[in-house]
Amino acid sequence: MSDSQTAVHVLKHHFRDMEQQNETSSFGMWVFLVTEIMFFGGLFCAYLIYRILYFDSFAAASSTIDVKWGAINTVVLICSSLTMALAVHAAQLGKRKVLVGFLIATIMLGGVFLGIKAKEYHDKFVEHHVPGPSFHFEVEPEMAEKFHAIDPAKTEIFFSLYFLMTGLHATHMVIGFGLLTWLVIAGSKGKYSPIYYSPVEMVGLYWHFVDIVWIWLFPLLYLISRHH
Amino acid sequence: MSRALKELEQDGLRYMLNFPLLPDRASTLSVHVDALYFFLVALTLVFSVGIALAIVILAIRYRRERQPKPVPIEGSLVLELTWTIIPLGITMVIFIWAAAIYFYETRPPRGAMEIYAVGKQWMWKFEHVEGQREINTLHVPIGRDVRMIMTSQDVIHSFFVPAFRTKADVLPGRYTSVWFRPTKTGRYHLFCAEYCGTQHSGMIGEVVVMEAADYQQWAQSGTDGSLASAGEKNFQQYGCAMCHRSDTQGRGPNIVALYGKPVLLDDGRTVLADETYIRESIMNPGAKIASGFKNIMPSFEGQISEDEMVALVAYVKALGNGMANPPAPVANPDTGVYPVTPNKEPSMVAPNQPKPAPSQPKQK
Amino acid sequence: MATTVAQPVEKTNYLNADYGIKSWLLTTDHKRIALLYLASVTFFFFIGGFFAMLIRLELLTPAGDLMQADTYNKVFTMHGVIMVFFFLIPSIPAVLGNFLVPLMVGAKDLAFPKINLLSWYLYMIGGAFALYGMINGGVDTGWTFYTPFSTTYSNTNVSMVAIGVFINGFSSIFTGLNFIVTIHRMRAPGLTWSRLPLFLWSHYATAVIMVLGTPVIAITLLLVAAERLLHLGIFDARLGGDPILFQHLFWFYSHPAVYIMILPAMGVISELVTCFSRKRAFGYYFVALASIGIAVIGFLVWAHHMFVAGISVYAAMVFSFLSYLVAIPSAIKVFNWTATLYKGSIRFTTPMLYVFGFIGLFTIGGMTGLFLAALGVDVHVTDTYFVVAHFHYIMVGGAIMAYLGGLHFWWPKITGRMYPESWAKLSALLVFVGFNLTFFPQFVLGYMGMPRRYWQYPPEFGVLNILSTAGASVLAVGYVFPMIYFAWSLRYGPKASANPWRAAGLEWTVPSPPSTFNFDETPVVTWEAYNYDEIEETEEAEVVG
Repeated sequence: MSDSQTAVHVLKHHFRDMEQQNETSSFGMWVFLVTEIMFFGGLFCAYLIYRILYFDSFAAASSTIDVKWGAINTVVLICSSLTMALAVHAAQLGKRKVLVGFLIATIMLGGVFLGIKAKEYHDKFVEHHVPGPSFHFEVEPEMAEKFHAIDPAKTEIFFSLYFLMTGLHATHMVIGFGLLTWLVIAGSKGKYSPIYYSPVEMVGLYWHFVDIVWIWLFPLLYLISRHH
Repeated sequence: MSRALKELEQDGLRYMLNFPLLPDRASTLSVHVDALYFFLVALTLVFSVGIALAIVILAIRYRRERQPKPVPIEGSLVLELTWTIIPLGITMVIFIWAAAIYFYETRPPRGAMEIYAVGKQWMWKFEHVEGQREINTLHVPIGRDVRMIMTSQDVIHSFFVPAFRTKADVLPGRYTSVWFRPTKTGRYHLFCAEYCGTQHSGMIGEVVVMEAADYQQWAQSGTDGSLASAGEKNFQQYGCAMCHRSDTQGRGPNIVALYGKPVLLDDGRTVLADETYIRESIMNPGAKIASGFKNIMPSFEGQISEDEMVALVAYVKALGNGMANPPAPVANPDTGVYPVTPNKEPSMVAPNQPKPAPSQPKQK
Repeated sequence: MATTVAQPVEKTNYLNADYGIKSWLLTTDHKRIALLYLASVTFFFFIGGFFAMLIRLELLTPAGDLMQADTYNKVFTMHGVIMVFFFLIPSIPAVLGNFLVPLMVGAKDLAFPKINLLSWYLYMIGGAFALYGMINGGVDTGWTFYTPFSTTYSNTNVSMVAIGVFINGFSSIFTGLNFIVTIHRMRAPGLTWSRLPLFLWSHYATAVIMVLGTPVIAITLLLVAAERLLHLGIFDARLGGDPILFQHLFWFYSHPAVYIMILPAMGVISELVTCFSRKRAFGYYFVALASIGIAVIGFLVWAHHMFVAGISVYAAMVFSFLSYLVAIPSAIKVFNWTATLYKGSIRFTTPMLYVFGFIGLFTIGGMTGLFLAALGVDVHVTDTYFVVAHFHYIMVGGAIMAYLGGLHFWWPKITGRMYPESWAKLSALLVFVGFNLTFFPQFVLGYMGMPRRYWQYPPEFGVLNILSTAGASVLAVGYVFPMIYFAWSLRYGPKASANPWRAAGLEWTVPSPPSTFNFDETPVVTWEAYNYDEIEETEEAEVVG
């Protein structure tokens, strides 16, 4: 299919031209990301307040989460953002196979992230750090040395927020998988070209946003008072 | 039958003639709130009637039959500024007036008598320091400042006495307060004003304002001792005396001169030892550690009821006022030895650590 | 230039372009979606109204003798949840906004038509969850879901209804998103911001609030459901949580939410008052910027709902001060609308009657807001019927009257039929009288000390409650009549021309009802908004010539 034919097919009826269509979808995605900031913002607000009030408990709870896995996950997610950006670039250049390849790479890296997350959740389950009836926080002596005012009830609040925030983040990643899969299917059918690749770009924006949320979550949840 | 109807008619007439638009004014605050209220009513009347009249007059004068051709008008900067600045000015006057009333009603005078209240689904429990306990009825003396110190045992409630024009939410885990000075004897409604479940509208009662002498008589009658002495009993019963003594030899801070003073915490913060701090120190001791002490106090969450807590708080306050017996040193029940392990002793400090800073709470 | 063009009767329009239920349930035409919303919003209004009727019947007598206390608590909760989330917030934006925004900007549809349809489905799914929760045992937390009652103590379907409201929130978010992008990116050539109808300025401001505020209540309700289902302790004082945090998070959205409810209504009033005064809005720029001002300052006042909740004295001062600031732009609008009447040529049509009612009642409602912003007075009247009266004056005396006025005004455009004017005027009168009788006594009740959410009350509050219930029955009739005559008009009402009101605005340049794609050719706008001077001149020329 020639470029102009593609253009005619992809221009939606209510837009004047592709320029308006692309600008509109881009603007729409940015507005949507602002709503996502407000959505996560409520949780960050609760976290901020409780961290100020119960710093020692939060720091102690945070110290029981394995930094290694969090750091690996951070690198994994940043790499997935790289593959996503390269996918958008490939779409811009009309390279179908490269596009699909990088999209699949993004999905795989995202899968690695979720797999590691599952392992971390499992660890927390085993340690009885999952909030609820079976929650139990053991205050280690070294912990008590560093952080005097540890209250197990407050560590439960930390873990509630930990699971809620990372859970919400993971949910967004799963939604991202759905979007990426849709792009893989459409992309392998040749739907994207230098004239029309804005869906890839928009999903890219979404994916980068999810990555940035993690960049905030990692230090806030894993790295409280880790300096010695 | 006809007599009943006649009574109904008379009642109805009397009711209509005395139709209440305001609650009684029974506290020093009431007249101030009413004054601002009347001002706001007058202001509302002026503006609503003014706008309504403007609409009626303009609509009639410029109705289509009399004004077939409209005159295009863009606007008027002068008018816009006028009707922005004047309302702004008026609102600022209201703000300041209302804020002044609010300042008055949120600062209880020194020397106010205190009454504790515990709200629970669906009743009010009042505990006077003299020891009287009441449910849903609150006796107070006329002409004295009364400060209510209140907490909830479960959900959020709200203590509302329309005649006093005052209200405050009553929260779990915290103490909140209102104060009032009654000015008129009588019985006045007490309502719970924060929805709290099934019998929210049944969580009502009366505030009974009595002459001072009558109140004195009522307060002294039929009690087993003051609230603070009940608190002293709790203090012994729960073993507080084992660590909190009236000297510096206890494992816990000396609480005799604690109430109302600033406390230096181990993280460098300074907090005020008010009712909420005392309650928190008992329910959740790990939240704030006094400087120089260790986080070894057990929590009494779930063991001490709000009623007992209120008595303990009253006791600690009475200690601070020099109006209660300080806790005597208590012998260890197992060894019979009076613990002489002040927190400054090296044996209480972990090895290879520098000695902790001086333990006394900072005196004002 | 707006013109009246006689249309051939059998022309294809968006209503008859396609038939069958699939063509409606899978439509992406913003006009059909607006009608889907009209049907569902009306449905929820009558359910919410039914609950209101039960409340007023119970309150006819001081004793709790019509239903049990628990039932009453469920009834007022469900009244609030339905009216706030499923009626007031969607009504004008989702019905009139969806229909008119593309037409007013000169576009063929909203920016994202499929997301628009998704919005409606999210609304319906959210409504289904909420209704299921209500039918299957009910919820009794109050529409405000205060913790720890809602998270720990209530034994009703809190999570189910909270999830329903959560899902519905995304309907709101997507509608707002669509409006913002459409107004930014899809205006016809020549339609600059300063030529936009004030309806669009209001809906733009509303959309900004929807987009920024709604996600916060979404996460808050999610936290409530999570706390209930997973036994977390974020809002539970016994576990170190803070119930006041819930209130902050809740009101951070729910205060701007009331501006979501009133700003579109103000936009409608601007359109109606200009058309039936036959002149441009007085102080156009001030009214436009006042909308933005309300949206911005509206985000800064939430804790005025918490003056007695245990916040610090200094926080209360700040929020009281800001609350007075937010009143000013609304006052500016009222003065400007009134001034628009000056030297206009007033027509007393039904929409104009609703305008008069709105301005009067909104003024009273708004002024009583000053009572509530006043710290000293608020301590006495908060959580009493004074607040109930205040917000019903704004929401019912204001927003619903504007909604009805707008429905009447744009009915011919939407349906191609005119409604019967006499019945409509009668209904407007019934609504006005019934409304005042219902809610004015509640101001007095509140100052006298009758708390909110009371199933039973002391006998001295009896007379005023009887008056209020009597008024409610009149109000109910005033709402039922339009249902009947609007339905009647669909079949028997006289067919409407493209511009029966000779109004300004691009929506009046297309046929009634419009075709599916609105404009055959993209309009090019060379005139200012409310160019009634030009319209009147054209009319004169036509008459003379």
